[in-house]
Amino acid sequence: MAGIVQFENVGLRYGHGDEVLRDLSFTLAAGEFYFLTGASGAGKTSLLKLLYLAQRPSRGVIRLFGTDVVTLPRARMPGFRRRIGVVYQDFRLVPHLSIADNVALPLRIAGVLETEVRDAVREMLAWVGLSHRADARPPTLSGGEQQRVAIARAVIGRPELLVADEPTGNVDEAMAERLMQLFGSLNGLGTTVVVATHDLTLLNRIKAAQMMRIVDGQLHDPTGALRFPPGRGPA
Amino acid sequence: MTAATARILDAARQGRAMAWVLAIMLFLTVLATAAGIGTARAAAALGQALAGRATVQIVDADSAARTAAAARVLAALRQSSAVRGATPVSRQELARLLGPWLGDAARDADLPVPALIDVDLADRADALDRVRTLAARLAPGARVDRHGDALAAVGRLLRLLTALAAALVALMAAASAAVIVLAARSGLEAHRATIEVMHGLGATDVQVARLFQRRIARDAALGACVGGVAGWLVVAGLGMQASGSGSQLLGGITLGQGGWGAVIALPFAFVALAALVARRAIMRTMGRQL
Repeated sequence: MAGIVQFENVGLRYGHGDEVLRDLSFTLAAGEFYFLTGASGAGKTSLLKLLYLAQRPSRGVIRLFGTDVVTLPRARMPGFRRRIGVVYQDFRLVPHLSIADNVALPLRIAGVLETEVRDAVREMLAWVGLSHRADARPPTLSGGEQQRVAIARAVIGRPELLVADEPTGNVDEAMAERLMQLFGSLNGLGTTVVVATHDLTLLNRIKAAQMMRIVDGQLHDPTGALRFPPGRGPA
Repeated sequence: MTAATARILDAARQGRAMAWVLAIMLFLTVLATAAGIGTARAAAALGQALAGRATVQIVDADSAARTAAAARVLAALRQSSAVRGATPVSRQELARLLGPWLGDAARDADLPVPALIDVDLADRADALDRVRTLAARLAPGARVDRHGDALAAVGRLLRLLTALAAALVALMAAASAAVIVLAARSGLEAHRATIEVMHGLGATDVQVARLFQRRIARDAALGACVGGVAGWLVVAGLGMQASGSGSQLLGGITLGQGGWGAVIALPFAFVALAALVARRAIMRTMGRQL
C-alpha cells in the first residue's frame, strides 16, 4: 500500500523555544486507521497541525500525497487542504452560520454546485443524526452535537486523509461508540484516518487500527503494533 | 463561492463606522473637487476674457487737443495690423464708470477726464509693443495698459486655489485609503478564527479577500451615497448662489458638463478605490500567514 504521509527527520519549534517535536520519521499508508496517543503536552496536536498543513516544520521533510509540502508554495496549499478533513478539538464551527451552512462550507469553498451541496448536506446531517437541527446555530447545540457537526463538516468532502483531534472528548460513551463507527465506515471507503486521543479504550473499537504514541515530542511504537513503525516505511 | 458563503462574515459594527467616516471624507472630497474645477474654470475664463485686450489712455488738460489726439490714435490703430479692433469709450460710459467716486460731477462736460480707447490686439507677439509705439508717436504721454496686468494677481490666486483643491483631493483620497486599510485589517482581526477555519477547509486567499472586498465595497457604497448626494446638493446650491450673485468673477465659477461629470463620478470612483485597496490590504496581510 502506498504511503499517503511521509515524515523524515521532522522537527518543530514555536518561535525560539525548544523543539516540541523531534526527529519524527514515519509513514502512514493510504486507507489505514491510526490512533495517536500520548499525554497532554506530548505534542499530539502539534503533530496533527503538521498533518493538516496548519504549520510548517522547523526542519525535515513532509510528503503528503507524494508531494513535499514543506517547500510547497503558499498558493498551492488550498488544493492540498481540500484533500484533508479536520475535526478540531475545539470544533471551530462558525457561530453565526446554521448547522447546514457550517457543514456545507467545504463544498462551497470547493465550488460545488448548490443543488449538489444541499443533497450532500442533507445526507451528512442524517448520517450524524442532526437532520432536525439543520437550521440551528452552533452555540445552541450541546458539546456532543457540535462535535458531530464538526465531524460532518470534516468528512462531507470525502477527504483522502481525515485528522481528528480528541473527537470523543465531549461526548458520552454511546456517542463515542457511534462516532468511531462513523470513522470506521469512512475508513472502509478508503479514507486514511488519524485520530488523536487520550482514551485508550477507543483502540479496541477499530480492530485494524494501529497506534502511534508520542512521548516528549518523539514518536514511539510501544506495543509493536504498527505495521510501519517509526523509522521504517512500508515495504 | 456562492451568496450563501458570503454570510460567513457576520455583521460587524466597525463596517458601519467606516461607512460614516467615508461619507464625511467623500462629502469633503466632492466639495474640494468642485472648488478646484470651479476656480480652474474661473481662472481660464478670466484669462480668456482679458487676453489680447488693452486700453489706450490719452491725458491732456486741453479738451480740444485731447479729442484731436484721440481721433488720430484711433484712426491709426484701426489701420494697424497689430490691432483687430479699436473702440473709443464714450463720454457717457466714462461718466458711468466715474459715477461711484465723483457722483453728479462725473457728468460735468468741463471735467478733464482722459480719452480712452479699448483695443483688441491681433494674435502676434509684438502687438502690444507696436500699439505702444504708435500711441507714443501720435500722442506723446499716452499710456497703454494691458487688461491682463490689472487682474494678474487674481489669476494667480485662482490658480493657487486650484492647486490647493487638487492637493486636498489627493490628501482625502490617501486618508480614505488609510481608513479602508485600517478597516480591512481590523476586519481580518475580528474574523481571524473564521478565516483560519476557511483556510483550513481549503479556501484560497482570493476567496477570503473577495468576502471582505464585497463587504467593504458595500459599506463604502453606503458612505458614498450619503456623502456624495450631500456633496452634490451643496455644490449645486453654491453654484446657484454664485450665478445669481451678479458678480462677473463669481458668475465665472461654474463646473460645466465635464466638471459635473467628474463630481458625479467621484462616489463611484470612491467605491472602486475602496474595493481595490481592501483587496490589496487583505491579500498582503494574508500573504504573511501560512
